[in-house]
Amino acid sequence: MRGGEEGVVMILEKTVKLGHGSGGRMTHELIESLFLKAFFNPALAPLEDAAEIRAGKERLAFTTDSYVVDPLRFPGADIGRIAVCGTVNDLAVKGAKPLALSAGFIMEEGFPISELRRIAGSMRAAAREAGVRIVTGDTKVVERGKADKLFINTSGVGLIPPGLKLSSASIRPGDAVILSGRLADHGVAVMNARGRLGLSGGIRSDAAPLNAMIFRALRASSGMRAIRDITRGGLGTVLNEAASASRTAIEIDETAIPVKPAVENACRLLGLDPLYVANEGKAVFFAPASDAPKIVAALRSHKYGREARVIGRVMSGKKPQVRLRTAIGGTRLVLTLEGEQLPRIC
Amino acid sequence: MKALKNPKNFESPLWRDKTLAASAFEKMASLTAGAVSRTGKTVSLMEVCGSHTMAIAASGMRRLFPKGLKMLSGPGCPVCVTAQGDIDLVLELAARPGVIIATFGDMLKVRGSNGLDLRSMREQGSDVSVVYSPMDALALAVENPGRQVVFVGVGFETTAPVIAGAVLRARAEKIRNFSVIPLFKLVPPALELLLKVPGHNISGFMLPGHVSAIIGLEPYRFVVEKYSAPCVVTGFEPLDILAGINMLLEQLVSGVPALESEYGRAVRTEGNPRALEIMREVFSVTEARWRSIGAIKKSGLGFSRAFSGFDAVERFKLSYRAAPEPKGCICGGILLGKALPADCGLFGKACSPSHAVGPCMVSSEGACAAWFKYGG
Repeated sequence: MRGGEEGVVMILEKTVKLGHGSGGRMTHELIESLFLKAFFNPALAPLEDAAEIRAGKERLAFTTDSYVVDPLRFPGADIGRIAVCGTVNDLAVKGAKPLALSAGFIMEEGFPISELRRIAGSMRAAAREAGVRIVTGDTKVVERGKADKLFINTSGVGLIPPGLKLSSASIRPGDAVILSGRLADHGVAVMNARGRLGLSGGIRSDAAPLNAMIFRALRASSGMRAIRDITRGGLGTVLNEAASASRTAIEIDETAIPVKPAVENACRLLGLDPLYVANEGKAVFFAPASDAPKIVAALRSHKYGREARVIGRVMSGKKPQVRLRTAIGGTRLVLTLEGEQLPRIC
Repeated sequence: MKALKNPKNFESPLWRDKTLAASAFEKMASLTAGAVSRTGKTVSLMEVCGSHTMAIAASGMRRLFPKGLKMLSGPGCPVCVTAQGDIDLVLELAARPGVIIATFGDMLKVRGSNGLDLRSMREQGSDVSVVYSPMDALALAVENPGRQVVFVGVGFETTAPVIAGAVLRARAEKIRNFSVIPLFKLVPPALELLLKVPGHNISGFMLPGHVSAIIGLEPYRFVVEKYSAPCVVTGFEPLDILAGINMLLEQLVSGVPALESEYGRAVRTEGNPRALEIMREVFSVTEARWRSIGAIKKSGLGFSRAFSGFDAVERFKLSYRAAPEPKGCICGGILLGKALPADCGLFGKACSPSHAVGPCMVSSEGACAAWFKYGG
């Protein structure tokens, strides 16, 4: 099945593969054919970054995420910072103001307490920056070898302002696609730290809480249709999800997509496409083209959106798809990431 | 590895400048018309290397080619050309207790005759480690003194010197639990094989720039002198490729085949003498087995006598058995430039990157994967 096309989804594998965790097509297959079926309900069904639930007159956004990054620490961030930022961002892209977070820790016997203390400190700092508190938590210890050092789960609830309805299904032809900054910093920083690539050039994870930046963008535009944070699976996968949900064709311009030169070189050497590499501090916005200049200006006024820009447009199309206009004037498809991206040989 | 210049900014690096590309396409149209009228047939240029295949597909340039010009993918994807029986050897070794297989990521998904791949073997308990460089495999050996680390030596002249470097280091540091399965292939003999196919329709070769950064230009001289086929060593940026195509077309228009380089910023005529020296010290030219083609004399690299102690095939007493290709798969024809991915009945249906039947779909550099991923 090609990205963007609809059809009956079924799992083709008998056991869980690493690709099921890639955030790409295999992850979708697993979620839709297994979990969605088992848990089906209207709040879950849209499969967006956070679910919307009602509490009296208020609408709450509710989300959860688990963090299993190896190594635990890498330039620019650590597992604690991304555990807080990731969940805050999943709330923020629904337009919700984060109210409270939970944190669950699964620790391997023998894990150094000093390291744990450092990670907790990094979570505290990220939460403070995001203006949210970690109000409940849980700890479990497993025998040595039964887990890899430390896994963290965080959940979060946030308050959605009255009247605000952000959803990928609302995206319309004629909308502008706006990206908040450079792609692929996080994924390459982690790979560099893991693989001893020895790449220099200041490659650092972009992990950041985006709620303040997103709030500015929402204040600047009343017509915002949807916001997505770009994590696993990269921009390519997020855009395919948006195209599918809105039944549109999305066209982006290669030359408009910012990638730090050192990161781009690393991707070239490894045979990775920056469009599919993970980020932890980037979002993509969909809004009527007339609102785009205001949104870009609002994003650029925040430190995490300095390089925000319009990268493409939404068009009507016979079938949902994502196209890239290449620098030399060609066009090609951008499919959903299949499984993991594997570094190549030469 | 490619020589990479840092672009000053990401807005419009010269190597993918739209205006320059437009004038290259204009030139390409008139040159193609000239070449077609001179030769009386469609121009079929072969990009020998998987990196070119990917770069062509990723740039979307195929749709901008003039009528009368097409690019064929050649036998230059290292995973794709590895014989089925050799893949089986790797899997056999992965099943042995005490062995850690260290490999580039590309090899993980290639299925053996038994239907398993290294990924599924890892799920079943085999120790398979993806490394970015052979030096990482060496580090793995140092960290696991009680076990045998075997590096899967797949690749062309670009990869072999790096692996030779790791072997030299292993010898100097007396790391005895490290070995390599030597499955290296050489590019020039592959070209000769293609040219010997009766009725081949290859008008000229776009040769991989990074291979020539190692071996230089001379090893290709016979292609021009013996087979009169135009050759241009080419870089990997979109404008490199457009320039390479136009240089090949110019040769066809003039009727004078030549051995040229478009990639002067990375390729010296004599190649990289130090890399060649290391490669010749550790390896020697030997017969190699190519997928769906068979054994070709002097087309690969094995260990030289002095380094045979690092040969995993000897160390683990592996014996090669020929194995059939997957049913319905036309990878063999694609590697020989006889067919395009779209000609295959399995393409996009039974065969896709997540459920690949043949290696041209498995490898990220394979022709089928490129056509699938970028839409041709």
